[in-house]
Amino acid sequence: MIFGFLGMTYEFKWSVLWVQPHLTWLIDGISTTLRLAAISWCLAVLLGILFGAMRTVPFRPVRIVATAYVEFFRNVPLLVWLFFWYFGAPEVFPEVVRQWFIRHGIEFWSGVAAISVYHGSRLAEVIRSGIQSIPKTQLEAGISSGLSVVQTYRLIIIPVALRLIVPPATNESLNLLKNTSLAMTIGVAELTFATRQIETYTAKAVEALSAAALLYLVLCLSISTVMNRLESKFAIPGLIARGVKAEH
Amino acid sequence: MNFEWSVVIANAKFLLVQGLLGFGIYGGGTLRLAIPAILLGFVVGIILGLARLANRPWIHYPATLYIELIRGVPLVIVIFWFWFLVPVMIGRPVPEYWVALTAFVIFEGAYIGEIIRAGIQSVPRGQVDAATAAGLSYAQTMIYVVLPQAIRNMIPSLVTQFIVLFKDTSLASIIGMMDLTKAAQTVSERELRPFEMYLFIAVVYWCFTYSMSRFAQWLETRMSPDRVR
Repeated sequence: MIFGFLGMTYEFKWSVLWVQPHLTWLIDGISTTLRLAAISWCLAVLLGILFGAMRTVPFRPVRIVATAYVEFFRNVPLLVWLFFWYFGAPEVFPEVVRQWFIRHGIEFWSGVAAISVYHGSRLAEVIRSGIQSIPKTQLEAGISSGLSVVQTYRLIIIPVALRLIVPPATNESLNLLKNTSLAMTIGVAELTFATRQIETYTAKAVEALSAAALLYLVLCLSISTVMNRLESKFAIPGLIARGVKAEH
Repeated sequence: MNFEWSVVIANAKFLLVQGLLGFGIYGGGTLRLAIPAILLGFVVGIILGLARLANRPWIHYPATLYIELIRGVPLVIVIFWFWFLVPVMIGRPVPEYWVALTAFVIFEGAYIGEIIRAGIQSVPRGQVDAATAAGLSYAQTMIYVVLPQAIRNMIPSLVTQFIVLFKDTSLASIIGMMDLTKAAQTVSERELRPFEMYLFIAVVYWCFTYSMSRFAQWLETRMSPDRVR
């Protein structure tokens, strides 16, 4: 199939996507992307909950530490953090630790460190605003109607806060998934890296990039569809008037 | 591990003048890319946001499709699309700067469009009815009644998006444009001092983004309805 535009011709050859070893590269790429995203997401959520909660504590020094973490890490481009964690940070660690990481794929773990610390700071903001959107009177009302503090949290505050946090957190998680594509720059063989490799070997840029774009689109759309279902299933009538679907 | 911070001072001129401002033999420059990208992205965003709200299906659906497609794809992929496609289409190589600028405007326009749409939808319907009743045309209603209120509502998310765009300009270094990140990469490869170099540009980026977010907070309190009379 030949495509002509302004006198230039481009010959499509979609089979470059499924001849070997290109198909293996693509499949390995997808699995690396998912692995990188999953590990980074778990760490980012832990960091986000920890620092997000720390930002709402009444004790000032704790708040300052958490604010410093959030403001410093989320205001610098992820790409700079990737280079920092890959090229700069390893030389600070002792030789033994560095050797261990080099043996176990230092690109991957630098990527995990950069993505989880960066997105941890962004998730901390989501969680902080979720916590702060619950009025203090909810706790007081729960206690005065005879519930214990633990019961109030379990039955009233956490169920409401989770529903408030889930839409922006979904949004942020999809950003994390898309941002794993930057790990290509430090040599992690994820999806974007795999398609660039196919492009380099075959000079078929359109096919390779279409495949990457389509795969990311499918991943993002399927996650946001599942999360929208969950959201409308667990929506509290009258409390959250969200007609719009989760943004990605 | 001992640090050598003099490396930063010795190369500060190259990093800031060439990398940040874009004055020098390599062109490029973070600010020279970010400022036009923000302005043009805003214009494209307004057009897309209005198109999504249009009643005519042949305006509404293409705009929706465009926004949904772009927002499901990483920025790197969009940049590579333009990097490989535009030279094939026009038959000659295009400088990295123009590729990056086009990709940013196309990509961020979709995000800004969503913010504009949400901002316009936050203006009460009665305002439009009142303006129509007072005899204003659709364009007049938009320009004098809806947009001024909508823009006030969307300032926080708009500035957040501009900060994201500013940070995203670092991705232009992937296709070889000489911005702050690429300048630091070049210097650290020569001097073998990656830790100091990347920490320094992290601080430079931070100064810009943090002052932008402080400015947004100031603007928000200044323009809140109970201050504006």
